[in-house]
Amino acid sequence: MNSAVALQTTLPILIPLISGALSLVLWRSRQLQRGISVLGTGALMIASVWLLLSVYADGIQVMYAGNWPAPFGIVLVADLLSSIMVLLTGITGLATAVYSLATISKTHEHYGYYPLMHLLLAGVNGAFLTGDIFNLYVWFEVMLVASFALLILGGERAQMEGAIKYVTLNLVSSAIFLSAIGLLYGLTGTLNMADLAVKLADHQDNPMVQVIAMLFLMAFGIKAGAFPLFFWLPASYHTPRVAVSSLFAGLLTKVGVYALFRVFTLIFPLGDSLTRDLLLGMAGATMLVGVLGAAAQFEFRRILSFHIISQIGYMLMGLALYTPLAIIGGVFYIIHHIIVKSNLFLISGLVYRLQGSYDLKQLGGVWRSHPMIGVLFLIPALSLAGLPPLSGFFGKFIVIKAGVEAQQWWLVGVALLVGLLTLYSMTKIWAEVFWKALPEGAAAPAQQRGGTSLMVITIVALSTMTVLIGVAAEPVYRLAEHTASQLLDSQAYIQSVMGVN
Amino acid sequence: MSTLLATAVGVLYATAIYLILRRSIVKLVIGLVLLSNAANLLIFTSSGLTRYAPPLIPEGADMVLNGVVADPLAQALILTAIVIGFGVLAFAVVLIHRAYEVVKADDMDQMKDTDT
Repeated sequence: MNSAVALQTTLPILIPLISGALSLVLWRSRQLQRGISVLGTGALMIASVWLLLSVYADGIQVMYAGNWPAPFGIVLVADLLSSIMVLLTGITGLATAVYSLATISKTHEHYGYYPLMHLLLAGVNGAFLTGDIFNLYVWFEVMLVASFALLILGGERAQMEGAIKYVTLNLVSSAIFLSAIGLLYGLTGTLNMADLAVKLADHQDNPMVQVIAMLFLMAFGIKAGAFPLFFWLPASYHTPRVAVSSLFAGLLTKVGVYALFRVFTLIFPLGDSLTRDLLLGMAGATMLVGVLGAAAQFEFRRILSFHIISQIGYMLMGLALYTPLAIIGGVFYIIHHIIVKSNLFLISGLVYRLQGSYDLKQLGGVWRSHPMIGVLFLIPALSLAGLPPLSGFFGKFIVIKAGVEAQQWWLVGVALLVGLLTLYSMTKIWAEVFWKALPEGAAAPAQQRGGTSLMVITIVALSTMTVLIGVAAEPVYRLAEHTASQLLDSQAYIQSVMGVN
Repeated sequence: MSTLLATAVGVLYATAIYLILRRSIVKLVIGLVLLSNAANLLIFTSSGLTRYAPPLIPEGADMVLNGVVADPLAQALILTAIVIGFGVLAFAVVLIHRAYEVVKADDMDQMKDTDT
């Protein structure tokens, strides 16, 4: 095994683990923890760029833990999808870390905000990189435990109520996932994903395979926030600090989406199965329910939370159509979505800093006082709604074009309608927060703290990325195209993992 | 033996789901405990039961196992899952205690502020 490969694939997990451990050692020193959080996430981003470049150049990279040959030990596998997700984790992690410097209060820092954040990033990256289904479960749990603690940091009533629903549904999802692993192991006697793909090819007619596929769909559907399993998401995502919301919004549901993409291309290829029809239905319903839920809301972050759900629908649509173009669209959509969605949450935090509320009825007049923030909001908001030339337009365009080619007319209709409703929702925020005059007796701004410029810098950086993905859609499309062909060619994945050691 | 265990797994799942659907948050957590145990027992059962055949190589023999032996990997999986489940449930217990202190009720119906 090449030591550069070993380093590349493990660094995205090791860096946050080490930063987290260092932050724990330096528990008493806030300043050092803050420094480590920026340095650690910065290093993580560099490592993830390195990983993506080498995977792009040399193909799938495999690391055999302890040098055990493939089906026996645990493998870390970095293909293009994994390394893109790891890079997006790095970007979101760095953005959140910088933003946290300005927004996380001393009390939260004293209660271990930074170690938890690093642990969360390690869990997320572990889930993206592992090639072993039980190891995936373990990384899911690492991520979940960190997210539980981050969610209740502060201990307000709303956080407790949200956390109970979040914890319960995620634990139920984990139990379903674990049951599915148990049944799968009983059927095939292996846990390595590539080996599973090979072994399951002999069990095509076994009805048990269908049952296990459904269990995986349920388990990852809950994690991804897909219809009808999304209820924990809008109940909890608006309750923690905004930096935490942003990190969750960008990454956690996408881990579920990633797992769906991985499992339903490699282990249970969709083909023309019942699962595919079910996924198509779920995708449509997820889009529609999410956007309708958002229309009824008047709390900034709750609107955004519901939009996460509706956007998940587009990604699922990309997976469910299961044509090369659709998968390209799905991957493009994930790239676009993570950056835009984290950014919108960060902007809601900036507005809160200025006016002391998340309630649209209490807000107003930001356009008059801070026109630049209005522009910064419009970029991700219009991108979310899918207006050209921003990144969201291309994501939606590819997915919908794939839908037209597959002649799934009703799904295409839903996708177009949801785009329109998303625009309505973003216009609502625009009109209430930026255009209308500040209402009488509005909430007083939160206690002034320094560091607003750090918040603005983060938002500007993420908005720039959104514009760049839109303007330079061609290279991103090429990347998504390579990713899709890698996902659909499971033989190559299997050979890279099982082939030589 | 597998029939007995399979029945036990089924009963555990049913009981767990029933408890999770109750309004009391204490029963909810007990339901989660049972659910994770049900999943562990399911792994144990579905990976095949082999009695009186530990996967040990006798002293002085070749480094290969002969004949039918129990599968140690399933037990390793369960051990891992038990440890994770224990940690997560410890968190859940503390969470419901804190929630009870803040909300002053053991009733999910009193915790709907964040839903609307």
